[in-house]
Amino acid sequence: MIDFRLGEASDALRRDLRAFLAEHMTRQIEEQVYRTGVSHDAGFTAAQVEGGWLAPGWPVELGGQGLDPIEMLTVAEELGLADAPTYGTGTTLMVATVIRAVGTEQQQTEIIPKALAGEIIIVLGFSEPEAGSDVAAATTRAVRDGDQWVIDGQKMFTTNAQIGDYVFLLTRTNPDLAKHKGLTMFLVPMDQPGIEIQAVYTLSGERTNIVYYSGVRVDDAWRIGGVDEGWATMTVALTAEHGAGFASSIARLLAATESWAREATGEDGTPRLDDPEVRQALGQTAIDLEVSRLLQRRVAWMAETDLPMSTEGPMSKLFSSEAIKERAQQMVELVGPDALRSYFDPTAPSHGVIEHLLRYSVGTTIYAGTSEIHRNMIAQRGLGLPRTR
Amino acid sequence: MDLRPSDEQQLLIDSFAALYAKESSPERVRAAEPSGFDPRLWEQLVAQGSLAMAVDEEHDGWGATPLDLALVAQQHGRAIGSAPLIETQVAARLLARAGGTEADAVLRGALDGDRLVAVALRTPTGGVAELVPAGAVATDVLVLRDQQLVVVPTGDDRVIPENVGCMPLADLPVPTSGGTVLSEGPAAARLLDAALDDWLVLTAAALSGIAQRSVEIGVAYAAERQAFGQKIGSFQAVGHRLADCATRAAGADLLAREAAWSATEDPDRSPELAAMAFAFAATAARDASDWSLHFHGGYGFMLEYDIQLYYRRARAWANVVMSPAAAARRVADRRYGPVAS
Repeated sequence: MIDFRLGEASDALRRDLRAFLAEHMTRQIEEQVYRTGVSHDAGFTAAQVEGGWLAPGWPVELGGQGLDPIEMLTVAEELGLADAPTYGTGTTLMVATVIRAVGTEQQQTEIIPKALAGEIIIVLGFSEPEAGSDVAAATTRAVRDGDQWVIDGQKMFTTNAQIGDYVFLLTRTNPDLAKHKGLTMFLVPMDQPGIEIQAVYTLSGERTNIVYYSGVRVDDAWRIGGVDEGWATMTVALTAEHGAGFASSIARLLAATESWAREATGEDGTPRLDDPEVRQALGQTAIDLEVSRLLQRRVAWMAETDLPMSTEGPMSKLFSSEAIKERAQQMVELVGPDALRSYFDPTAPSHGVIEHLLRYSVGTTIYAGTSEIHRNMIAQRGLGLPRTR
Repeated sequence: MDLRPSDEQQLLIDSFAALYAKESSPERVRAAEPSGFDPRLWEQLVAQGSLAMAVDEEHDGWGATPLDLALVAQQHGRAIGSAPLIETQVAARLLARAGGTEADAVLRGALDGDRLVAVALRTPTGGVAELVPAGAVATDVLVLRDQQLVVVPTGDDRVIPENVGCMPLADLPVPTSGGTVLSEGPAAARLLDAALDDWLVLTAAALSGIAQRSVEIGVAYAAERQAFGQKIGSFQAVGHRLADCATRAAGADLLAREAAWSATEDPDRSPELAAMAFAFAATAARDASDWSLHFHGGYGFMLEYDIQLYYRRARAWANVVMSPAAAARRVADRRYGPVAS
């Protein structure tokens, strides 16, 4: 029976989480995250653990709240609306999910409790200088040496490497096999010689890193999944990202522009909100927000209902990232010269959120699979078109 | 949350899909041009309850929800049916809402098949209700005249313009007196506004069907047609556009269903969602039919290929009342209230 309500449990969660965020997600944390470019705050994470909001989707016996995918989406929507610093814990929990699915008992015992207690940060080492969207082209080598492996190579965009305890690393263990077949994944402790971290600053303000590995050693016990079976492990990890969507960011963009439109006045002294051009642009943004929400909620509903998914995830990511990019540009043009005033500059309208979202939006169509990768998936898997190149 | 139709809803979808498959093939759509009215399809739709379902039980209808109507309208759009399904449903719901002896009598006539009632959603200009959907085949039209909602019989003075969508439209002179007054003042304006919301949400559903079917037609062609020694669907310039169109068609489908659902389940948001659904579906249908036609190359431009049927209706069914931009401004009116004049 068609019903678009998320349900009473989600409504209650939303209320609880808003109260939690009102207390713990301060403007000071928001500004600190932006100034440092680090989407992680130990104090906020501790409060999340304390309040049960770090990993509420995990089973109760493992320290979660046992929330279902729809309830988890509700949590994600609210954390996104508050722009809470969850990137570091997000990658950590994603890897914990992979370890729970394919890891050894020892790995699970060692990692999962700490991850759920917010005591460790796990970062991702997938992309390389010559392997971005084509991530399976990775060339970082891992060579066996007794009970250990020796790693040499270079990874791009390892966000939070500077505070990471482990890196979830995609390596090539057999260069003689086909591209997807000679890969193996490891959980490598970051606190050891041979790892060099170089900061990379990005357009959105986020700090990420290049990480160099030379002669880095990891015990075979930290191999996640089978030797040369890294792509299967990667698939588990990438599937976890498939619910991605940017509805919450579009909601922030809309709210910031609405607030500007109510406060700013035109040359004739009337509120900008009375201008048909402004109204039309806000209406269009509200529409894209609604569609983004629906596409993302559909993914959560399918996960909850155990329906086989085809390209619902890619559609959610593709639409909402392209939408926020287009609408952020439109909002900047709508606001005019004042939109140039920077995020957190005291003179900026709506604290400069619009300016920041303009820069932020640019990355959304690139990371976690570019729009082109997602269009390929939709064309091939969803529409059944021949393989595109 | 649940996105699956109930068993009853699925039955409804299947039964109308079967009806359209039989009575609204592309050949039949072509045969009904340029008038845009296929009497046999119309007869079958009414026989299957298309009008009765739109009316509440109090008025001897079946009392289907707007969501049920939207699920049928999606099938109507997929098959680009040549019959005034949505127009007559909107008129019937307006009559039921208006209430009173006169309105009930007109509604009774419509349900009995004695009358075909249409609505002029735009205010007449210069005494003429222009391009009234279904006006060419209606016996009566509901129209706002001097702040009164009146039902007037259509006469021989109506002008039936040929149009790009082969819709049964008419320019209807509105007599300065006569007809039956159903409501007046703000109440009349509210009735017409509610009818416009109904029309927006059901047309959104139909347009989402057009968008979906246009993508299917384009995909089928791109998976067959070869150029430069390859299927053209293997070119990213083609596949990526179709992926975008499919994504937007999926969004249009979800939003149309949500808007229709909200009419009974979330009435506070319903008018806003109706305008949203319409704006989004109109754009999705417009773009999907355009790209799909384009990927047919020169064949798409030939009347012999079906995609042009969709291309023309995607535009006509939407623009006959409102552009997507105007619908976006209507969204703003619903969110922020109208601009004080």
